Amino acid sequence: MQKRLILDGPLLEITVSRLCQQLIENHQDFNDSLILGLQPRGVFLAERIQQKLEKLLQKPVRMGYLDITFYRDDFRRRDIPLEANTTSVPFIIENQKVILVDDVLFTGRSVRAALDAMIAFGRPRKVELLVLVNRRYSRDLPIQADYIGINVNTMPSQRVLVEWESHGAKKDNIWLVNN
Amino acid sequence: MSQLSVPHLLGIKNLSVQDLELIFQTADNFKDVINRPIKKVPSLRDITIANVFFENSTRTRLSFELAEKRLSADVINFSSSSSSVKKGETLLDTVNNILAMKVDMVVIRHSSPGAPHFLAKYIKANIINAGDGTHEHPTQALLDAFSIKEKLGSIAGKKVVIVGDILHSRVALSNIFALQKLGAEVMVCGPNTLLPKYIGQLGVKVELDIDKALAWCDVANILRIQLERQQIKYFPSLREYTLYYGVNRQRLDALDKPITIMHPGPINRGVEIHSDVADSEHSIILEQVENGVAIRMAVLYLLAGAGIEQ
Repeated sequence: MQKRLILDGPLLEITVSRLCQQLIENHQDFNDSLILGLQPRGVFLAERIQQKLEKLLQKPVRMGYLDITFYRDDFRRRDIPLEANTTSVPFIIENQKVILVDDVLFTGRSVRAALDAMIAFGRPRKVELLVLVNRRYSRDLPIQADYIGINVNTMPSQRVLVEWESHGAKKDNIWLVNN
Repeated sequence: MSQLSVPHLLGIKNLSVQDLELIFQTADNFKDVINRPIKKVPSLRDITIANVFFENSTRTRLSFELAEKRLSADVINFSSSSSSVKKGETLLDTVNNILAMKVDMVVIRHSSPGAPHFLAKYIKANIINAGDGTHEHPTQALLDAFSIKEKLGSIAGKKVVIVGDILHSRVALSNIFALQKLGAEVMVCGPNTLLPKYIGQLGVKVELDIDKALAWCDVANILRIQLERQQIKYFPSLREYTLYYGVNRQRLDALDKPITIMHPGPINRGVEIHSDVADSEHSIILEQVENGVAIRMAVLYLLAGAGIEQ
């Protein structure tokens, strides 16, 4: 297994800062905007962004966890069913601006399921997508991100591995892995 | 693991502790789903489920049907009172005919113990036992254990007494299996005639005195007297049963601690349980019903996900 580093700790910090600045540019004080992190791995990035935004804005920013397991389109098509995670959306998203956050955008199927899952909590005014890694040329569905950390050209056989220091890894690193 | 070790839910006896924990964990997620503004998820949208009930049921059937609909499955209902079974069709033929209509899962209740096991052997669909005679009622035991866990925080080390007609109760047997697997101590209590002869071999305590049983336990699961299954008289009169085994306020007030009260329904108020107990703050009877939908959603979801091939 070969792996190539595509984003290391310091650069990741700069990237997250830039994404936060872009969010503030579009959402200003976040009064009617909120963040939904996709379970299981998008929530790490969502937490990081929430912390950073709260520091920059000097006020609390609403964040929820969205689990998409029951909304996936590959149920019964996998060898082993996926384990469900917690969904926690402790606010009404009706008429709010929602920013969906995930670590990697690949086929777009998770985001489609997330849109479906999100609707159970109300009708948002606007939905945007933020991803750390955008894998180009690999989409199965017409879904694109509004905020992108880094664009990478990948082959379907490759895998993007995002490691978070806050969740068990030695350092923050993003790798491109050849299987 | 995110998969059950079995392709059918025939009884608690052949489930592992991991299976029980996976079902509870999944039910937790579904309980969250059914408390949302939109209570439906699309997981089983390409699945058809037949509810085949050869015996009367209100709660279980409604609960299964609701669970199936919350998961977006297509549902067909069958009850023997309005079907060709009355015209002499066999169980296997009836179910095969239903399966010919491309059904993926069958929820079956039958008065004969082992009917779901028989179907599982001959039929290519996931079978869920919704009660087979006096044998097992696995989803009831799952929702009972889940409700105890929710109320008391854990099951291991807790003392649970099952009171009443143990002899005719499938709920009792499934509960004993489930609670023991999860580390609880189980006692059965009832008149001698309503306790199976070899019940002690299951490793449960046996107590004939209801007051001693209630003083011992953390949770009392009170069962209905199943008059419809009793071919002979097991006790002189219902009034006498109520006098000796009916759980009332005085009995609970005499205890030095509050105990959790459960009942799988249907309740016969004034017989095995009095209204001031059934409606008290320590009763979790209606929570059991709510949890029933979440537990059944979890079971359907996990079995559908595993498929039938293995």
